[in-house]
Parts: sequence; C-alpha cells; structure tokens
Amino acid sequence: MKNNPLLFRIAKTHVVARKKQSAIAALGVTFGIGTFITLMSFMTGLNGLLDGLILNRTPHIRIYNEVKPSELQAVMLDSLYGNASTLHTIHSIKPKKTASNIRNNRGIINELSDDSRVKGITPQVSARVFYQSGSVLLNGNLIGINPLEEDRLFQFHQYIIGGKPSDLASNSRGVILGAGVANKLSLKIGDNVSMRNSKGKLVRLKIVALFQSGLAEVDNLQSYTNIKTAQLVAGENTGYVTDIHIKLHDIENAAEMSEEISKHFDVSSIDIKKANAQFETGTKIRNLITYAVSITLLLVAGFGIYNILNMLIYEKMNDIAILKATGFSSGDVQKVFIYQALIIGLIGGMLGLIIGFLLSYGISKSPFETAALPTVKTFPVNFNTWYYIGGAFFALITTFFAGFLPAKKASKIDPVEILRGQ
Amino acid sequence: MLKVQGVSKFFHDPVEVQILKEISFEMKSGEFASIMGKSGCGKSTLLYILSTMDSQYSGDVWLGDSHFGSLNADELAELRNEYIGFVFQFHYLLPEFTVLQNVMMPALKLGKMSKSEIEYEAMEKLRLLGIEDQALKMATRISGGQKQRVAIARALINRPSIIMGDEPTGNLDSKNAEMVFDIFKELSQEFGTSLLIVTHDEDFARKTDRVIVMADGEIISQ
Repeated sequence: MKNNPLLFRIAKTHVVARKKQSAIAALGVTFGIGTFITLMSFMTGLNGLLDGLILNRTPHIRIYNEVKPSELQAVMLDSLYGNASTLHTIHSIKPKKTASNIRNNRGIINELSDDSRVKGITPQVSARVFYQSGSVLLNGNLIGINPLEEDRLFQFHQYIIGGKPSDLASNSRGVILGAGVANKLSLKIGDNVSMRNSKGKLVRLKIVALFQSGLAEVDNLQSYTNIKTAQLVAGENTGYVTDIHIKLHDIENAAEMSEEISKHFDVSSIDIKKANAQFETGTKIRNLITYAVSITLLLVAGFGIYNILNMLIYEKMNDIAILKATGFSSGDVQKVFIYQALIIGLIGGMLGLIIGFLLSYGISKSPFETAALPTVKTFPVNFNTWYYIGGAFFALITTFFAGFLPAKKASKIDPVEILRGQ
Repeated sequence: MLKVQGVSKFFHDPVEVQILKEISFEMKSGEFASIMGKSGCGKSTLLYILSTMDSQYSGDVWLGDSHFGSLNADELAELRNEYIGFVFQFHYLLPEFTVLQNVMMPALKLGKMSKSEIEYEAMEKLRLLGIEDQALKMATRISGGQKQRVAIARALINRPSIIMGDEPTGNLDSKNAEMVFDIFKELSQEFGTSLLIVTHDEDFARKTDRVIVMADGEIISQ
C-alpha cells in the first residue's frame, strides 16, 4: 500500500509520455460518456414529456356511471329458473336506464379526500351541447370543472393558449373553447359563443381562452367552463356531477383503490393503467432502448482502452522487466497499468460529462413545436444529476475492467524471458 | 553470504535438457567473482536463479539468512529490491524518466527513506560514477557508457549486499569497460559489497578475485 503514490506517479508518467495514444483512449471514453449523458437526458426528458401527457393530465382514478345491462336479471332470482343447471335464455337484454349523475357525490368526495393515499379529488360535469353559429349547429361537449383544482392536479394550463385557468375561475360566464371548434366557427378570444343544450335551450358564453390537446377529435368537440355554468347548461341542479377525478400520491395504488371504490360506493371506476395500458409498454421499451444504446457505447469505449493498453504493454515489456528486476512485485506492475486505465477513464469521463452537459443544454435550447403541447417551445431535457454521477461511475468501472486484463497480463510477464531475449 | 547448494534446472521446451547440474558454491562478503563459460553453458540461467527472478529450479539458495525456496513471489521481490543489485548487458533504463528518477526508483519502492534523502543518495551514487551532471537529463538522452553507469548507480541505491551483472561490459568499448571494472573493484574493496559478474571478457575476469568457469551446466573450476 505504501507504494501506491509511487506506482501512480509511474502510471501518470506513462500516460503523459504517450499523449496521442492516451488522448485517443480518453476520447473514446469522452465520446461514450458524453453520448450516454446526452442520450439519457434527452430520452428521459422526452419520456417525461410523453408520460406527462398521460400521467399528469389523466386522473389516476375516474369515477362515473356506466350505462350497462343489470348483471342480475329478474328471472335469475326465480327459484325455479334461476338455477344455473336449468336451461333458460334471455334474448335482447337492454341496458338499464341510469342517470349520469353520480349519487351521493358529495359524500364520496368528502370521504375520499380524507384518504391518505389521495392527493386531490375534483368533480366534473359533462353536458352535451350544440355550438351554434347562424344556422349551423356543431355537435360538442361542455365540461364543467373547478379550473384551479384542475390545474393543480392535472396541469390544465399546459394546453391552454391565450389565457390562464384562473381567467375561467374569475368569469362565471366564461368558456375555454376547443381550438378546433373556434377554428370552425371562426371565433377568437373575447368573442361570445352560443350553444344549445340537449333540450334546445340557448346560452351565450364568453371565450376567455382556447385549449388545444393535440387530439383533433377532442379539440373539435370539447370546451371547458365552471361547474356551476355546466350544471346550468345541462339544466340540472347544483348537486349534479357526472365524473369524479382522483389523483393519488402513488400511481401504483390506482388499481387497488379503484376496485375498492367501485365496491364500496357502487359506482363504476377505472384506473389509469387499465385506461392506458399501451402507455406503460411504450415507456418501458423506450427506456430499454436508451439503456441498450448507452451501454453499447460505453462498451465500445472500453474496448478502445483495452486495445490501447494491450498495445502499450507490448511496447513496455522492457520497462516491466526492469521494474520487476529492481524489486517491484507482480501486484505493483498490475497496479501501474490499472492506474493508467483509471487516469484515462477519469480524464475522458470528466470531459464526457462536460460534453454531455453542453450537448444536452444545446438540445434543450433547440426549438420543438408540437400540437399536443402548445406551451412547450423547446425540446424537453432531463438534467438529472444522477445521470452525471452514473456516467462518472460507469466511466471508472468500464476503464477499470478494460485495464484489468492487460494489467493482469503485464503482471505475469517473466522478466527473465525479456532480459535474456536480447 | 551467498550459498548455493545442489541447484539443477531443466528446460522442457522443445526437448528436455538439463541446463544446470547440481551447482554448489559459496561466496563471502566483499568477494569479487566472475563467471565465465561458453554461450549456453548455463551461466546466465544460474545468475537469474541467484537473483531470485527465476524460481523454477531444484536445490537450495541462501542469501544471508534468507532461503529462496521458502519465500513467495512478493517476498522474493522485496528481497531483490533491498539486497540484490542487478546490472544488465543492455542498459535497461525507464525511458520516460530522468536519469535521477531512474536511480531513485528502487529506493522509492523500498520506501525506507524520505524522498529528499533518496534524492541525496542518488546524487551521491551518480557522483561516485562521475555522471552527476547528467542527473536531470532524460534517460534516453545520454550515451551508452553513461547509461551503463546509471544502471550501476541504480543497482547501488539501496546499498545491496550483492551486485549481480549479466555481461555488464559486453556492450561497451574497452575504455568504458575498464571504468566499469574500476567502479566494481572500488565497491568490493571500500563498501564490502559482493559482486558476481557473468562475462565473456577474459581480461575483465582475470582481474577479479575469483573466476568460476562453467561448461555444460557444471562448474569445472573455481
């Protein structure tokens, strides 16, 4: 152990004496780590954005009333025909007429907001409307929300253009109109929009902002207003609520809790994973690709170091023999070469971190326009410190292993063979 | 001081050859001995065994109280570092280091003195060999004769009890060879260092205290 500083000095001298080779080996690591950082930051930034599209905006649990036929048909209750072993067939079962109002919604909300797993809970009112412009009637959907809660829980502002969620909160006759609807009716912010409810009653609301989700079928139909206004448009009283959206602290609880809710309150409820099964698969595969590419890059860099050190050992046969003849042990010689690999890895890795940061920074400043996210103007990049720590760690690990085999080889060199050979 | 008893060695490749046959001899402290013999008689092989670098042999070797066969590779390296100085036919110096650094290296490895003390010692050795003015030059920038003197200085730095040389003058002109001989002579007389030098040079051998002549793996006269 006491020799380590000396061995390190020898290693350093070797590295410095071969500036070109060392630089090439270090550049391999720089390239590997730099790309690793850039790729991870960029890919996870994009992933975060895509996840955010779903995770942040979608309720983790949605409670609603589903239209479906009764599971227990009257005939099944009969003692004679209800037995499963007897043959009976009922044709043309019709769904039961259910009110879209969630019964006891206030009670449900009160009870669930006390649950420690729940981050927030907000009711919605959905009303079918027709947007009217002259004699033209467009099919549409008006959703009553609590704008501030909706923004807190589901990042509502991200898809609003030309205004803020609070503009809606402060204007009881305001509406945030779907960009597609506004386009079709050639309306702009500040205009009034007329709409009729399903019973034919006409209301006029003032456009305070537009919203754009990127999904044409939504943007062409949907508009948002305050809950009370939506209840009014729907012609219902103030207890009328069609949906309850819940956001949890931990998304992993969603499935379990959704089950609980539908049993406990006798309502339909769906959790985010069931509603967006395809999304999780996509994230997993994107992550897998990112890691696979990064690790390949690091392996390539590792092979670069391995090659250069291997060549170096052939050149250094004499030096190794001298060191051994003057009393350096095999372990000492091995350390000299491992230190060389680590010096190269450290320098290359550091540069890689810097280059990775600069590239990521460049990407994060590059323009990126997407219809789905009207508020996002540049590429999303995740500047997570852990990628830098991981990158540095990876640089040292790969170079250590790349150096280990050549170093082992160097330590095994028999000085007698070298000294006799000349 | 150095005791060799029944040392034999075989080469197995390509055919089995016994290169050393039951070699036994002893050397006293301060003795200046040379080994002579034709190429292939086993004198270099013997020297590498005595320098602890080769441990594939049968028989016993003691240096002082240390029995080579009872030590592991790392212990042998330490023994070599502290008690044996080695001078090669080719002046093997580390090319990336200065003359001074080359001389200091075995002492830094030994680690018994501070760096400044070692530096002082190294300069003393270089002065003894008359090349102190070359101390700060790179090892590749000096002449062949100077390199060999640097190698001797390096062999001396830890004040070894024995210095071994494998044809240390074989690559030098007569003037430089004579100088190297004088240095060796001085070491044995003034510092009590034992010297065991393999050589082809009869003039060189004749001037040593004792000439060991080898032929076909055996000592024929000593």
